[in-house]
Amino acid sequence: MASNKKYWSSVEELNPNSSIAETLKQNEFVEEIPNDEFLGDKDSLGSSSTSRRDFLKYVGFSTAAASLAACEGPVKKSIPYVVQPESIIPGKANYYATTIADGYDFASILIKTREGRPIKVENNTDAKVNGGANARVHASILGLYDSMRVQGPKANGEYVSWEDLDKSVMAGLNSANAAGKQIVLLTQTYASPSTKKLIAEFSSKFGNVKHVQYDAISEDAALNAFEASYGTRALADYDFSKAEVIVSFGADFLGDWQGGGFDSGYAKGRIPSEGKMSRHIQFESNLSLTGASADKRIPLTASQQKVALAKFYGFLNGKSVGGELPAKVEEAVKNAAAQVARAGRNAVVVTGINDVDAQKVVLSINETIGSVVVDTENPRYTRQGNAAQVNALVKDMNAGNVGVLITSGVNPVYSLPNAAEFEAGLSKVGLSVAFSLKEDETAAKTGYIAAAPHYLESWGDTEIKKGHYGLMQSTIRPLFNTRQFQDSLLKWMGSDVSYHDYIKDAWTSSILGGSSWGSALHDGVFVGSGNVIAEENSEETSETTTDAEPVDSVNAEAAVASVATAVRNLSGATTKGMELVLYPKTSMGDGQQANNPWLQELPDPITRNTWDNYITISLADAESLGLENYTVSNGGLNGDYVKLTVNGVVLDKVPALIQPGQAKGTIGLSFGYGRSLGVKEEMKTGVNAYPLYVGFNNTQEVKIEKVSGTHEFASVQMKSTMDGRNDILRETSLEIFNTKNSHEWNPQPEVSVNHQEVPIAEADLWTKFDSSIGHHFNLSIDLNACTGCGACVIACHAENNVPVVGKSEVRKYRDMHWLRIDRYYSSEETFDGDAAKVEAAPNSISTYHELEHPSENPQVAFQPVMCQHCNHAPCETVCPVAATSHGKQGQNQMIYNRCVGTRYCANNCPYKVRRFNWFLYSENDEFDFHMNDDLGRMVLNPDVTVRSRGVMEKCSMCIQMTQKTILDAKREGRVIKDGEFKTACSAACSTGAIKFGDVNDKESEIVELKENNRMYHLLGFKGTQPNVFYHTKVRNTEEA
Amino acid sequence: MIDNTYSNMKKVVHRNSISRILGIGLAFLLFFTTSLFAQDQAGDPAEGKSLFNTYCAACHHLDRKMTGPALRGVAEKHDREWLQKWIKNSQALIKSGDEEAVKIWEEYKPAVMTAFPQLSDQDIDNILAYTSAPKEEKPAADVAGAKTAEGGAAQGGVGNEIILGALILVFGVLVVMLFLVNKTLRRIAEANGVVFPEQEKRMPLWKAFVKNQFLVLVSVIFLLLASAYFAFGYFMQVGVDQGYQPIQPIHYSHRIHAGDNGIDCKYCHSSARTSKHSGIPSLNVCMNCHKSIPEVAEETATAEYSKEFYDGEIAKLYKAVGWDVENQRYTGETQAVEWVRIHNLPDFAYFNHSQHVTVGRIACQECHGPIQEMEIVHQEAPLTMGWCINCHRETNVKMEGNEYYKKIHEELSKKYGVEEVTAAQLGATECAKCHY
Repeated sequence: MASNKKYWSSVEELNPNSSIAETLKQNEFVEEIPNDEFLGDKDSLGSSSTSRRDFLKYVGFSTAAASLAACEGPVKKSIPYVVQPESIIPGKANYYATTIADGYDFASILIKTREGRPIKVENNTDAKVNGGANARVHASILGLYDSMRVQGPKANGEYVSWEDLDKSVMAGLNSANAAGKQIVLLTQTYASPSTKKLIAEFSSKFGNVKHVQYDAISEDAALNAFEASYGTRALADYDFSKAEVIVSFGADFLGDWQGGGFDSGYAKGRIPSEGKMSRHIQFESNLSLTGASADKRIPLTASQQKVALAKFYGFLNGKSVGGELPAKVEEAVKNAAAQVARAGRNAVVVTGINDVDAQKVVLSINETIGSVVVDTENPRYTRQGNAAQVNALVKDMNAGNVGVLITSGVNPVYSLPNAAEFEAGLSKVGLSVAFSLKEDETAAKTGYIAAAPHYLESWGDTEIKKGHYGLMQSTIRPLFNTRQFQDSLLKWMGSDVSYHDYIKDAWTSSILGGSSWGSALHDGVFVGSGNVIAEENSEETSETTTDAEPVDSVNAEAAVASVATAVRNLSGATTKGMELVLYPKTSMGDGQQANNPWLQELPDPITRNTWDNYITISLADAESLGLENYTVSNGGLNGDYVKLTVNGVVLDKVPALIQPGQAKGTIGLSFGYGRSLGVKEEMKTGVNAYPLYVGFNNTQEVKIEKVSGTHEFASVQMKSTMDGRNDILRETSLEIFNTKNSHEWNPQPEVSVNHQEVPIAEADLWTKFDSSIGHHFNLSIDLNACTGCGACVIACHAENNVPVVGKSEVRKYRDMHWLRIDRYYSSEETFDGDAAKVEAAPNSISTYHELEHPSENPQVAFQPVMCQHCNHAPCETVCPVAATSHGKQGQNQMIYNRCVGTRYCANNCPYKVRRFNWFLYSENDEFDFHMNDDLGRMVLNPDVTVRSRGVMEKCSMCIQMTQKTILDAKREGRVIKDGEFKTACSAACSTGAIKFGDVNDKESEIVELKENNRMYHLLGFKGTQPNVFYHTKVRNTEEA
Repeated sequence: MIDNTYSNMKKVVHRNSISRILGIGLAFLLFFTTSLFAQDQAGDPAEGKSLFNTYCAACHHLDRKMTGPALRGVAEKHDREWLQKWIKNSQALIKSGDEEAVKIWEEYKPAVMTAFPQLSDQDIDNILAYTSAPKEEKPAADVAGAKTAEGGAAQGGVGNEIILGALILVFGVLVVMLFLVNKTLRRIAEANGVVFPEQEKRMPLWKAFVKNQFLVLVSVIFLLLASAYFAFGYFMQVGVDQGYQPIQPIHYSHRIHAGDNGIDCKYCHSSARTSKHSGIPSLNVCMNCHKSIPEVAEETATAEYSKEFYDGEIAKLYKAVGWDVENQRYTGETQAVEWVRIHNLPDFAYFNHSQHVTVGRIACQECHGPIQEMEIVHQEAPLTMGWCINCHRETNVKMEGNEYYKKIHEELSKKYGVEEVTAAQLGATECAKCHY
């Protein structure tokens, strides 16, 4: 059944007349070797005075000179410590637990350091909340070594000393105080108990201090709704592992919705166990990560989502609610409501609609059904931004009421919708100081730049969720002359205490409750009973607290009444024209890491585009606007430009990308691009969507028109087609999975030997490798648990020194990702419908042609593909120099120093996982990314070779990590426990989709996974016998 | 036994018999002189010396300030009773407010002198007797002795030359005699009328060679093969730095440390036990010993490197680490030492010391050669891949006593009936074990 299905991965493939798709199927490398580029054009060659003979002479001479010069080795110096720190042993990694809290991403992580240099982020498995780092957190380590960082305090563009800056700031503070003007601290969300306490002390010292928290991508509506219902300005926490039914109205909770970190819980519920898995229904406009994972996805415009939510509330409570919805959608809403009603307290409803009413309704629904998934007792503090306060601040600034403005961790000139107003106001502020890593858009406009340290150089603490504390510790001495915001506040308050001591005091007195500071610092996380942030929050919002806290009948009635009003408001939502839905992209988030080449080159999980943002538009809308996407001769994707007008704000020349699954009548556009300052030239990609984020609302009415010009996208999916082999991805429905034999939905390939069908592994042309003694590694990938988040891709980059190649090279499919996450669309809306069509007219060409037509709302599946480490590897047999060979432990080994670059192996690889170094990507000005400067190269893993030009490379199954595990065990004279073996991707995968282990250890989890009936090998019929296996995706298609 | 007075090193192997004689002579003189002085005191300096070395030498030197003051003649500076109190419990004396004691404490604090209540009054007297012995000047006779020894060696050299010369003379005379005899015989023959036949002009050898084509072919082939052999040999040694022996910024002698003093390699190269790098010891490791060893013993010097030279090298260490010898404290002004790396592997080869040292239990000398005999370290092994692989093929895996190998060993012996396997058989010649 699975093999009947037709998958397609780009629109181009579906065009039967496309020569491009056909050419790409035939050619591993899209482009010919650029001989002409190399040789230069004929005219200049002809006019050159250098004859062929001269040329040969020069070649001969330079070869001789080079070989003579090569005879003498360089003298290498080795400089040991004068006094070696006790904790550092050269050649051994140390791990420190810390926390990232950059205002957008919050996670408890471990930092791997080598010789004192942080080189990699790992998940902190001790953490109960946000212990899984996402792609941006994994990439954040590169921000430490960013060559664009501001290296010391600056005043008016000139470097000054901290003493000078302190003097001016203290004078400014005092004069503002004397003049009765406001002192405003405009900061990111810190979610930090100590910072909160410190700012309170700062306020009481100077008086007239306002602390305004600002999130570039606001959750203001959700915060307001929660505050109105529960009294604290916080966000409800969700444990999706407990959910049986999940209904989401536009909440991308596998992405960055409300601070993210829900994916690991969600994935737990998605793995079918004992015949059960969660059911996930998603109503949304843009095709998001969450929608891609959903069992049922209904594309709706933002205003339709509101109506749907209102109707959903009505169906659930047996009330009739007005509003217009297409009948099919209404049916789906009714169905969803019935399923939620049946699941009762095991269901959950979430929404990402930026509307207080919607948020209120959802909170009320969850309360009514008594959802066990939701935790409102111990809410999250990962978003604190207050839109009203920010707007008031801009007004105050323009009115000249602000004497001192100190910003920290925010970039309002870039990210505020009304940035121009803010900028105008800034000139009226007496003294402005920006704590910033970069000389960014805001820092360039403020009087002073207070150079801030990276989070890996700072101290701090967090309370991500009530009672769940985290500590941030510095893992390296500050690289530059920087001082963090909190230390500066202490200094300006006239205190001699360092922020580190301040945190320690605060923790000892109020959080630790007798527990050891040392062990809290070691673990990086601490679960306590106290709650520091909420206490202070409740002080601020004392009025609401007293109102909402007691659950008496009067208030309950009032609440019901207010929900009724909210539902009425929602049901009346309408829109004229197109709707723009703004979203954060997995790779770029809110845009503060725009100068990070790893993230720029991380393909978007859905569109598979890199180095760009663009509007996503449905095919129907694109056709009506005359917008086109087409593939050109080098395989690159081109598209038209559009002009967007929102509320009078115009965004010109935005590239348009046709996106299957995009709700008709909507377009999507991601934040985080279009940075102009503090980023390298190459990273100034895309357009800035923040000016369209009017009133911090992510849905806007938009006017869209086509403008001239052609945009060149850098997409990677076209290359990743499996040449029309449709067996690569297997999926089935929960019903079939539960009721039918696995031979039906997951047949293992068989071949005929002596007129007898035998499993393919038994019919063998080749001599087997004896892997029975010692270790034999296998990697398991569960397609059910994979959400496509991309954390593994970045972790692989960091661990294996994978180079960044830049936009123009990616466009030529010369990306170097060792691990890619293929995204496949299906051609029918549901799996069953697809299968039924084939059954109706089997073996009919027209059926298959029909199957190739893009669906408006396709099903989506993610498939991480890395080297499959075949036991019978096709690459090994064709290498003329034996540069790729097989190991006893199951790894297909790639030996760079032996490789001569014939690329036969890549041609012969059915999985297309081999990557060729077309250029030297390190220390080469043509590729001005982190590997081109001394600072950026500090992130390189010293255990892995930096590859040179002209060699093939690929996933090594992190042999440096398995070898280290083995060596540690040998040295300590012990047996290796199950779970000790890890690869970078398996360690980074917080959903448990990627698991790694030794199949010779019969007790291990990997053996259990391999014997699971969902297991299949990629293109197993080829007999390559890979050491990587997949688990068939199961969808819960059960309707109520 | 009577040992060299100036040496603080515990184990000194006497390599030079001359210096041994000198040492004994010197000690002999010392013995007499000290006994002369000791006559009016109760102590026995010989006994005192062994006590001094046991209890005091870690912090005190007779003539040099260390952690504590120089002790020669200390008995003259303080009275005996006070000294006994001080040695038995200096802190108590300081606390009692004794003026002298407080003065010393002020100078040397915070270093607290260990209390020695176990020392009897007699012991202390013995020690003091030893400290009161006058400093021995280097006897002039020794220098003269050394000179005569040198002279002797020089004479030996001359003798050989004379014998050679005489032989050449004898042979020369013989040749002349033969020539003369031949001439005389010829003359006699001519006189007797014997006629010598005219010699025929023969074809020169090279022409004959050129005419013989077979011979030419064979020699050309031979020449080509030979030159190919040498060319191959030349190219194969490009990048192989066997024998590389760079001059280091500090002349650190492994012969003295690992050889003469028998210090374990891993005392200084401690990370070789657990890490991929053997590690160049940081300077604080040097100071563990050199805090109290500011100069080398007389016997350490060789004909090539004098004591002054070695002392100068220790002074370089002190400068780098910022150690003020006068005041026995760190100045904080440090200066990293830029050693020249001798063993260089290319970046694409991964080598882990702990795998070989701890797991494989391979002696350092297997790859690094007789390091304990090297005055200046050179690269002993070629460090080529062939050399690595060869060892992997020949070396058996040390499985016994290692829990990790238990299962593998059981399976192996069951499957193949072998007890021992080489590293290569366990996969140590797979490419990606070293190249990733």
